[in-house]
Amino acid sequence: MTDEIRAILKEHGRMTADATTLGENEDLFKAGMTSHASVNVMLALEAKFDVEFPDEMMKREVFGSIAAMRAAIEQLTKNR
Amino acid sequence: MTEYTPQKLYDDLVAHRHIIPVGVQGIFGRGAVFEDVLRRFDAVISRVAASDGAEVMAFPPTLDRKVLEKSEYLDSFPNLAGAVFSFFGKEGEAMELSGAIHAGKSWEAWQKMTDVVLTPAACYPVYPSFTGTIPEQGHLVDMQNWVFRHEPSNEPTRMQAFRVREFVRVGGPDTVVDWRDMWLKRGVEMLQSLGLPAQSDVASDPFFGRGGRMLAANQKQQKLKFEVLVPVISETKHTAICSFNYHQDHFGKLFDIKTQSGELAQTACLGFGLERCVMALFKTHGMVPSEWPKAVREILWP
Repeated sequence: MTDEIRAILKEHGRMTADATTLGENEDLFKAGMTSHASVNVMLALEAKFDVEFPDEMMKREVFGSIAAMRAAIEQLTKNR
Repeated sequence: MTEYTPQKLYDDLVAHRHIIPVGVQGIFGRGAVFEDVLRRFDAVISRVAASDGAEVMAFPPTLDRKVLEKSEYLDSFPNLAGAVFSFFGKEGEAMELSGAIHAGKSWEAWQKMTDVVLTPAACYPVYPSFTGTIPEQGHLVDMQNWVFRHEPSNEPTRMQAFRVREFVRVGGPDTVVDWRDMWLKRGVEMLQSLGLPAQSDVASDPFFGRGGRMLAANQKQQKLKFEVLVPVISETKHTAICSFNYHQDHFGKLFDIKTQSGELAQTACLGFGLERCVMALFKTHGMVPSEWPKAVREILWP
């Protein structure tokens, strides 16, 4: 799952840093991801993992690092 | 007891010739008394801000399309933007256009996008002028511009075109945030001095779509937007008549604006929605300004 998240970040994150080598807990907003880019990342994650982020998950922290995104997707897919 | 509904406000404004319906939602004329109050209210802002030393700039209600594209406005509010289209054809196509119009048919096919869009927010035209390294003290600009929002509505405070008195500050983060906080306090006091029950609150912009909900939540969480609210069309859901946006380095990044130390400059803006401020005065004090409280009249008619 982490590789898929990295691929989405590479395509949609518009970061200055390289998404393939970023640390899992590194702050993506500090790495140059804008709020608008994070929206595109969110929508791409939804399409890729066939999930819909509920309102309470639509916040900066959830998309702030690779680890945080993975935790959110795991939570949304655990009862499948 | 005062009745707060959009229809009541609309009917009262029309009955007193303060607004003049033209047949399209959100596009009405303004009567002489309405304009007089608007200009006087604008002058009150000028007096309050007189010693700030802001540079005055005026722009037409149109904006370079490239600036809108670069600013991410269309990523945030695609539904609110308005691009200007015009005719680029030759004689034959002009005849076809004329024929279509007189036959009551659609004439979109003969229109193409121009290089300009309608200005969506009063501060947008100014950011490209800051490109480069800003002076030590930063920039402070004072503008009054017409803006366009594509949101047709019968609700009188929701207009498609209106005027905003706007100030923009450019500098380091402390400069910009201190300035915003100073104006937030001063703006509320100024409005309260005019008898308006104004209160400020954290707010968010009406970002489009599901992704927009996330942008709005982020904006609120980071306290990037404040509004000053007054009851105008509802006793419970108050109307924003003034808004403050802290953009952090958003425009600094987009338009390559740097501080003397070489860091990205930050920006903030605040805007008084002039028509809404005037409507708030009419709603609070009544439709006839000669009957307004003496203290309020002394400020507006010094």
